[in-house]
Amino acid sequence: MISYLEFEKPVAELQARISELRASAEGDGIDITAELQRLERKSQDLLKSTYASLSPWQKTQVARHPARPHFLDYVNSVFEDFVPLGGDRHYGEDQAILGGFARLGGRKVMLIGHEKGHDTQTRLKHNFGMGKPEGYRKAIRLMEMAGRFGLPVVTLVDTSGAFPGIEAEERGQAEAIARSTEACLALPVPMVATIVGEGGSGGAVALASAERVLMLEHAIYSVISPEGSASILWRTAEKAPQAAEAMKVTAQDLHQLGVIDRIVPEPVGGAHRDPQVTAEALAQAIGEELDALSGKTARQLRRMREDRFLGIGVGQPRRRLR
Amino acid sequence: MSWLTRVRNSLPFAPRRETPDNLWVKCPSCNEMLFTKEYEDNLSVCPRCNYHGRIGADARLNQLMDEGYELLPAPEVQEDPLKFRDSKRYTERLKQARAKNPHPDAFTAAVGTIVGQKAVVGVQDFMFMGGSMGMAVGAAFVAGAERALEEKCGFIVVTAAGGARMQEGILSLMQMPRATVMTRRLREAGLPYIVVLTDPTTGGVTASYAMLGDVHIAEPGALIGFAGQRVIQETIREQLPDGFQRAEYLHAHGMVDMVVPRRDLRTTLSTLLGYMQPAKAA
Ligand SMILES: [Zn+2]
Repeated sequence: MISYLEFEKPVAELQARISELRASAEGDGIDITAELQRLERKSQDLLKSTYASLSPWQKTQVARHPARPHFLDYVNSVFEDFVPLGGDRHYGEDQAILGGFARLGGRKVMLIGHEKGHDTQTRLKHNFGMGKPEGYRKAIRLMEMAGRFGLPVVTLVDTSGAFPGIEAEERGQAEAIARSTEACLALPVPMVATIVGEGGSGGAVALASAERVLMLEHAIYSVISPEGSASILWRTAEKAPQAAEAMKVTAQDLHQLGVIDRIVPEPVGGAHRDPQVTAEALAQAIGEELDALSGKTARQLRRMREDRFLGIGVGQPRRRLR
Repeated sequence: MSWLTRVRNSLPFAPRRETPDNLWVKCPSCNEMLFTKEYEDNLSVCPRCNYHGRIGADARLNQLMDEGYELLPAPEVQEDPLKFRDSKRYTERLKQARAKNPHPDAFTAAVGTIVGQKAVVGVQDFMFMGGSMGMAVGAAFVAGAERALEEKCGFIVVTAAGGARMQEGILSLMQMPRATVMTRRLREAGLPYIVVLTDPTTGGVTASYAMLGDVHIAEPGALIGFAGQRVIQETIREQLPDGFQRAEYLHAHGMVDMVVPRRDLRTTLSTLLGYMQPAKAA
């Protein structure tokens, strides 16, 4: 049973009618195949048109959908032979950021990403995908190791943000994020990052400072959550839809701004409606990106990364208003 | 009652610099009324309670650098790239901030010397839209680092910011890796990068260039952290410990090398620069 989002209500109603019709026809012996087909087609068209024009706030809901595939789903559907590696060797093991060796269609890679969890128990275990300093320090350790063994780094970003807590601050959350960003930029091997759900602020950047940054079609990436921005700038979290609109958080907007390089298509109705199709599209996109980078030297790769970030937003400098 | 107390008591309960003729300022920490001149002569530090007041870029540069430093031109950047509007247009907020500030944005850099030691000094000004990091701040940081690379001298950055400039959305977030590209280049060139953390330094600024220095100096009492205290409290629903996210607390937790009072900053920086000379190539 799929859980419908608020804006999918018309689709949900149609689906409910289809179920009712099916149930009532059972035993009646009336042939309703044609009618069912008609309604199914109508429902599919409605879903398609709804998803073709999602607002930034609606996309935020899709990106956070509880059934949306997360890191551990992709570990099995996109990659093979995942060997999880744990610990930052300083303090602990953070289950909000996972990583390890993996294969992607035969290519050996270092896979790192946020895991949000999918039910109460796993959400608590993975701290809702909110990394702590030890998580980012584990990512740094794995990135450095990837560099030594010539393994390209693939990251899957999906976090509302790094964890805001007393202990996280005490252990240097800011420093861990900054160093993780730095570790990305220093990599002598290719790095491909994909925002698969939420790309929340510094906690996302720390795993996304790559030469190629991809986004799933309905993922979002932003400096602060729409709710956070709304409560600061509009003084009420209820203005989150406006904030999402104003901040330009969608893959489509970010592609236009030159912040991301490629949009990975999702099936009609979002990644959660067909995780397998999503996984195939993701595997293909990441694979193509890795192949395109495979001949480059460490120097070239670092240069690409540096130029990429130094160049963002410096397209057309305009005269400053005074 | 002395005439001083009398005058003091007759003054309205006002924030600093709003008293007649700006003769008096009130310390935001201990509420003591101070002679403006006395306060400023004391580098905007309260002589009663040692509160380190927030100061603008020019005051900071004047305090740290030898006379005759050269301001770097503010880089031209795309203005209001997102055409952002909340309750007010972003362009309107920029105009208002500029009307009250001698500089066009929140990061001003200069090249010169500190007690004879050559350095580029970048200063973030909290009074300009909370020091927030947008494209202009990022570009000025990059330009400052580039100048240090050219001059083969150290880069000193005095941070102060509530975080990223939300009105520039993702482009403000992109300043984190952008600045980090430059701190890496400085390190590769063997040049010192020193961060002076002042009140407040939080959010994306802390989580990028403010925490990547070779040496971290914090001013006494400065609020320094990643997450805002309100956000932390709402998340964990616990009382925050005394002195949480203050300079001394960060020092105790190993995040800054030293807490240095403002009056000693200049000599401390000069001493550090003296030790941190580029190593001779082997
Ligand atoms: Zn005082």
